[in-house]
Amino acid sequence: MTIAPWDLLTSDIMRYPLIIAVLIGLTAPIVGTYLVQKNLSLLGDGLGHVALTGVAVGWLVGAWISASPQDLLAIPGALVASVIGAVVIEIVREVGHTSRDVALAILFYGGIAGGVVIIQLAGGGSQSLVGYLFGSLATVTATDLVIAVVLAVIVMVIGIGLSRVLYTVTGDEEFARASGLPVRAMNILIAVIAALTVTLAMRIVGALMVSALMIVPVAAAQSVVVGFTRTMRTAMAIAVVCALGGLVLTAYVDLPPGGVIVLLTIACYAVSLILRPIVQRLRARRTEAESRSGVSEPMPADR
Amino acid sequence: MTPGSATPAVSVEHLDVDLGGAPVLHDVSLEVAAGELVGLLGANGSGKSTLLRAMVGVQAASAGTISLFGRPVKDRRVHAKVGYVPQFAAGGGSIPATARETVATGLLGPGRWFSRLHDPRVDSLLSDVGLSGMADRPITQMSGGQRQRVMIARALVRSPQLLVLDEPFSGVDVATQDAIAAIFRRLSQRGTTVVVVLHELGPLSEDVRRAVVLDRGRVVHDGAPEDRPLFDPGHDHQALHEECLGQEIHP
Repeated sequence: MTIAPWDLLTSDIMRYPLIIAVLIGLTAPIVGTYLVQKNLSLLGDGLGHVALTGVAVGWLVGAWISASPQDLLAIPGALVASVIGAVVIEIVREVGHTSRDVALAILFYGGIAGGVVIIQLAGGGSQSLVGYLFGSLATVTATDLVIAVVLAVIVMVIGIGLSRVLYTVTGDEEFARASGLPVRAMNILIAVIAALTVTLAMRIVGALMVSALMIVPVAAAQSVVVGFTRTMRTAMAIAVVCALGGLVLTAYVDLPPGGVIVLLTIACYAVSLILRPIVQRLRARRTEAESRSGVSEPMPADR
Repeated sequence: MTPGSATPAVSVEHLDVDLGGAPVLHDVSLEVAAGELVGLLGANGSGKSTLLRAMVGVQAASAGTISLFGRPVKDRRVHAKVGYVPQFAAGGGSIPATARETVATGLLGPGRWFSRLHDPRVDSLLSDVGLSGMADRPITQMSGGQRQRVMIARALVRSPQLLVLDEPFSGVDVATQDAIAAIFRRLSQRGTTVVVVLHELGPLSEDVRRAVVLDRGRVVHDGAPEDRPLFDPGHDHQALHEECLGQEIHP
């Protein structure tokens, strides 16, 4: 049976995920730009694993209070766990003597192990986590949509509203400190919005693949544009197109949405690599023309 | 403020700094009056960059106190008066920023979390350093001298009362060195305090009236530059570590 595009918008199964997909496309690269800037590309992955522990704790609490459905508190649990994980990792990184990659590795393993053990205690099995690990459309509810909208608004207000400060802190921490910017608070804020984005995206993309939507569009954008602001905006455009495109594709072909979306972003990255030398040649030509016309003047002696 | 004002721009008292357990600065005391232009000199590893970084609150002190304009350096509010040029022109993280984006970050400070990319002060400073035509070029695609000019513009765009620079002439051609020196001269004449780490006085030889020389983490001279002791340019961190720790650090 052929599905008309309009039917996607009126279908209960697709409408909420489509809106959430746009929100994921807008927010994930905002966070990803700061993480790439800080050389912390794997933080999203680590937080995705911690969010699984939160999902399991949500199930456990849901079982205790006989919530219906039993996973009612799974996403709130993921939210709390990933925010706590984000803050802890930032503090451990700053005040502890643990290197970033070791701290992230502990987060990875602790998160997944906690999730598997606690879900068992909650009376479920590892299978209960599959929808959260790989993403699923069938489980998206109106409550999830409300949570997603709230989280997306918070991430965008912080990520775009404070972009100059966050860029300075992630790009040149020493200068930021000397300028009197609250470096520690901003680093924690970045980790927290990363946690919010993981929670927002894990329903559709899955905890194991959330990080890809944060990082790959940014890597693709970096190949074709220059400057921090342009990179962030281009990455957002790529991620929205991939998230929507992937979701629409899964309406026609029975494929897991998270995997399709991530593969599309990787395809975009591959295309950006092909375009890169062309863009660089054009840029070099412009730079050469500018040099000939003297855009870089000798420094004025005194003014 | 002019030299001789009651509250010094910089006050360092009995400062000790350890790096990785090794002492780098010992009992350093220093006062810089508002409006002074002071050169911090010394061989490699003498601790001059560490002292500068401690002055702007980037490097934590192991002991002693540092005040800027009468306030502790830990008080972020006082940093609104500081313009800082680090030793190595940072590329702005993994995502290279444009010259304009980089200079605009200089407008940020305590309580000032927003800045416009097209702020007239940014355009004016880029023009002052001769880079108005390269405002939208990533700084990673610039020469060392051009990048250094961007960093100086970033420090100056906030109209600092205290300008702190770590080897601003390194990797910069002679003509640009003279032009940068002229900017420091003009700022100093207008009452801005300038503390600059230098390997040699170079283009500032006529302007620096006070040289503070460090050797192995201690101040060994504070006065007229012409009276300063000669230091061994071959002395380096390796020797400093060995002498401080009393042991070889070779494997």
